[in-house]
Amino acid sequence: MTTEPVKDLTTDYDIFDPGYVKNPFPAWAELREKCPIPRTERWGGSWMPTKYEDLFAVARDTDHFSSQNPLVVPIEPPEGFDESSGEGQQFLGVGAPPISSDPPEHTWTRRLLLPPFSVKSVQKWESMTREHCRSLIDGFIDEGRCDGAADYAQQIPPYVIAKMLGIPSDMSGTFTSWVQEFLEFGLQNFEMAADARNKILTFLWQQISEKKEKPSDDLISYLIQSEVDGSPVPDTHVLGTCFLILVAGIDTTWSSIGSALWHLAQNPEDRHRMMNEPEIFNTGIEELLRAYAPVTMARVVTADVEYGGCPMKAGDKVLMSFPAGSRDPDVFENPDEVIIDRAKNPHIAFGAGIHRCAGSNLARMEMRVAIEEWLKRIPDFKLENPEGVTWAGGQVRGPREMPVVFG
Amino acid sequence: MKVRVDSEKCQGHNRCFALAAELFELDEYGYATATDDGEVPPDLDDKARLAIENCPERAIEIVGDGD
Repeated sequence: MTTEPVKDLTTDYDIFDPGYVKNPFPAWAELREKCPIPRTERWGGSWMPTKYEDLFAVARDTDHFSSQNPLVVPIEPPEGFDESSGEGQQFLGVGAPPISSDPPEHTWTRRLLLPPFSVKSVQKWESMTREHCRSLIDGFIDEGRCDGAADYAQQIPPYVIAKMLGIPSDMSGTFTSWVQEFLEFGLQNFEMAADARNKILTFLWQQISEKKEKPSDDLISYLIQSEVDGSPVPDTHVLGTCFLILVAGIDTTWSSIGSALWHLAQNPEDRHRMMNEPEIFNTGIEELLRAYAPVTMARVVTADVEYGGCPMKAGDKVLMSFPAGSRDPDVFENPDEVIIDRAKNPHIAFGAGIHRCAGSNLARMEMRVAIEEWLKRIPDFKLENPEGVTWAGGQVRGPREMPVVFG
Repeated sequence: MKVRVDSEKCQGHNRCFALAAELFELDEYGYATATDDGEVPPDLDDKARLAIENCPERAIEIVGDGD
């Protein structure tokens, strides 16, 4: 683990550097200019494309760039750790399909997952999401303040995911902790990540067993009852996909909602336009998704390849900085400005190619409803202390503590 | 104008449908096709262009002037 200050971004970038996590935009602008696919030896070593075209090309080249391990840092067991013993052994080999799959497995695993996340399917969760947002706001509006990240943004996706999976929604706080232990703090702490993974898988495994006995109208039951080539989907596959839904559907969306509120708190004109010009509301949501795209996924190089003049070796990690690509001046005019009615906006906040975020329709619905309900009740608000906002980064970037005051 | 969605390129982002529901439809997986064999009524030309410009996969192409 390196803690030396970064001297040269082009050869030594650090995705966990606190300054970079807080404000990565100048670094991306510098890199796109000087060295669009930088290399670092930190955190297990990686390449990081920062131009839209390069990200697009790598995302499409699934022959050279595998998705088998999409985490941005290799989570290495400490020396002497025996994976095949201890409490995690029953879950050895459980992946997170389709995000961790390559073709041909990817094709059927993704087709299995897409229908319940279609535009039409997610509509049925909208009124429940809206009710939940309203009750969250009821809980703090009289106090004249809240933490926009912890009390609001963070409370929405785990509740919605619990409802969709058919799990009691009082589990949503627990889900949040598990996902943070796995995907946020766990990226720098193997034991914490492994423990969180075990807790999530153990819990889901039990839910799957119960729903096999008593199926209901929920996503776990849908997966159990689905068939592939005439046979039921294997239980370990259902488990892996449920793991993905939980881990990928929580801090990603809450980060986007949080960043949107962070922006709107500081830009009264944008929030007034979004409130008063309904025809640009969805355009505004897309622009906030673009400007504050939260997610970086990784690929692993399958065989030595030279890409963009970079000698990539088999096994190298490539960090897909979709957030950097979504601010590329070659594609987006004034990319570092939020233009709330930006008409041309083919952003890649949800990735590109065959791994386009399967939950993008759900994420958009949650974000739209969360912002609509907030602006209806709290049209004016500001950050209590702009410097005091804390950010998480690495795999998923978004605000974690963000006190706001109303009025 | 006449448009076509390249099914090899479409990854189901659904941006076209969100911007121009009159011109595109989605299957149960979210993959898009152009409605009415791709014919774009003249008053929807701007919407069609907006859909083309916002597709992250560049999957929509203009295939003719239309009838």
